[in-house]
Amino acid sequence: MTRSVLRGLRAAALSGTLVFASGAYAAEAPIKLGVLEDQSGDFAAATIGKVHAIQLAAEEINKAGGIMGRPLELVTYDTQSDNTRYQEFMRRVLQRDKVDAVFAGFSSASREAYRPIVDQFNGFAFYNNQYEGGVCDGHMVVTGAVPEQQFSTLIPYMMQTYGKKVYTLAADYNFGQISAEWVRKIVKENGGEMAGEEFIPLGVSQFSQSIQNIQKAKPDFVVTLLVGTAQASYYEQAASANVNLPMASSVNVGQGYEHKRFKPPSLKDMYVTTNYIEEIDSPKSKEFYAKFKAKFPNEPYVNQEAENSYLALYLYKQMVERAKSTNRDEIRKVIAMGDVCMDAPEGKVCIDPKSQHMSHTIYLAKVGADHSISFPKVWEDIKPYWLGDAGCDLTKKDPMAQYTPSNPPPKP
Amino acid sequence: MDIATLAFSALYQFGDAFAFLVLSACGLAVIFGMMGVINLAHGEFIMCGAYVTAATVHAGLPLPLGILCGTLASALVGVLVELLVIRHLYERPLDTIVATWGLSLIATQGTLILVGSTMAGVGTPFGSFQVGAYSYSIYRIVLFTASLAVLGALYALFNWTRFGVLARATIQVPHMAAALGVDTRLIYSLTFACGAGLAGLAGGLYAPTMTLVPTMGATFIMEAFVTVVIGGADVFLGTAPAGGILAIVKSGMTSWQGQLFGQIGLLIAVIIVVRVLPKGISGFVLRERT
Repeated sequence: MTRSVLRGLRAAALSGTLVFASGAYAAEAPIKLGVLEDQSGDFAAATIGKVHAIQLAAEEINKAGGIMGRPLELVTYDTQSDNTRYQEFMRRVLQRDKVDAVFAGFSSASREAYRPIVDQFNGFAFYNNQYEGGVCDGHMVVTGAVPEQQFSTLIPYMMQTYGKKVYTLAADYNFGQISAEWVRKIVKENGGEMAGEEFIPLGVSQFSQSIQNIQKAKPDFVVTLLVGTAQASYYEQAASANVNLPMASSVNVGQGYEHKRFKPPSLKDMYVTTNYIEEIDSPKSKEFYAKFKAKFPNEPYVNQEAENSYLALYLYKQMVERAKSTNRDEIRKVIAMGDVCMDAPEGKVCIDPKSQHMSHTIYLAKVGADHSISFPKVWEDIKPYWLGDAGCDLTKKDPMAQYTPSNPPPKP
Repeated sequence: MDIATLAFSALYQFGDAFAFLVLSACGLAVIFGMMGVINLAHGEFIMCGAYVTAATVHAGLPLPLGILCGTLASALVGVLVELLVIRHLYERPLDTIVATWGLSLIATQGTLILVGSTMAGVGTPFGSFQVGAYSYSIYRIVLFTASLAVLGALYALFNWTRFGVLARATIQVPHMAAALGVDTRLIYSLTFACGAGLAGLAGGLYAPTMTLVPTMGATFIMEAFVTVVIGGADVFLGTAPAGGILAIVKSGMTSWQGQLFGQIGLLIAVIIVVRVLPKGISGFVLRERT
């Protein structure tokens, strides 16, 4: 064993993340995967499951012989819901641990904090999280859902069902601001009007005044884009003030399992578009859920981001095996073929070569008065089309930038 | 919309902001304002109260008893912390910052490891009522009443009881109090426990309305420190008027421009008050009096 391998092993042992498989791989150097997720702090409730999903997938892959006969080794750090930790650990995994790929990030603020570092050190990162869309960066693969998948489905459905006056209550950072812009755009396109908008600083937990502002505006439904555990207090407070309006969201239930944490009926009539939650009743979903619970019996909830992380590792395996290399340029040649697909727990998913985002099956989840989940509608194979249509084509050009509806890619 | 509805809504928002500021700050006012111990673990005492309340309610106790358990549990933890850590640092007030900050990190991470990343809520009791076009939560009125009751009870405790007199004597001139036969160590312990218990009470009262997570204390701590800093050393002459002023600024700004401006307004008000009255409101009142 060379000294560098020893050093790697020692680092992995120190961070407590070495995935032990059979001794058969001793001859082959492991493929190293950096895992930077929030295991403590304000976002931990939604993200500990992502780490567990990656551990589950890594264990399965290693038991089945690894990737091209090479075992998978996880280098995990707790980013503590803190953007500066992301930057620190991203430098560490890329420079010192020399990982082949990184799975990183929950909040969009953290992603934009680490993305320039991935670009600078020529790394390869997977962002396994739903977000506000628009990242056109060849160093990134995004397996989470984006607004054209979550809002283009959800908002028209809500406007048909409940009416055209919409109120947005969103977290005040890049995710909330850009998502609110998407909601505004889609409401306008569908002939509705915005009854109001309020942006809530992260960490705020008292909503009496916001609740009153909503009642004053008299919307037909409220779009809640609240992030983090403090802001989740809104539902309990709105229910106790008897606001009694339907809610629509791209982040709740599917990430923070608020319907399990709060006492019914505080989330009654909450509608969420998500590409996975544990209640989805299909054989693939049940099988994934059973495997997850077998390895982590105390997991409070298997959420959307856990599934995204799980399938991302299998997609990575497929891409490395087809490219016969962990080199990013070789892997991107495989992505450019446009047929990197798999049967995930949610259904079939494929990577779009233009944006390196993913197509998804989108489930509309409705929370009932007893907090049970029903699925009034399912949209199959929704493509992440916006970036490609707007002019981002990573097979030709890599601008390493994030775009929004009001700031689209420059026309050639 | 008629004037009465508007007036009630303004009053309700003021009461709501006042209750949050005063309940979060009372425990800190006793520990920081009176004893001079900068307790950065204040939020974690609140979290402790909230968790114990929720756990006992899940176990079948009614909510008021649950809140009592939460308060007592926090007070008990307060006694332990005072005995093991704070007692040795009364002569070194700056070191208490480091010690209590460390305690807060240990408490947050320990809770995450032992209890998990979230705890199921208990639901807000009492339902809602309607005034004009708006509906309001009855429990919020309970919180406002509770904040007034806590202020009244503290006033009575420190002014009308033997313990209150001994506590004030011990904190003003410890050597003289000791010379007169007061067990000052016991008094310090009890005062600290009283502050920790008040933090637990705030946690217990807010537990039904909030997300229960290990980091929940952090959402109280800014408001708590701000109220105590501009209130000054005296709990009653300081915390109550400070809570009143800040609640007017915060609810006014929030209803005018939203939550972000509510927070900005709060901090600007603090900067102005600290600049004009460096010893806080109670310092100003007491100087006028003498």
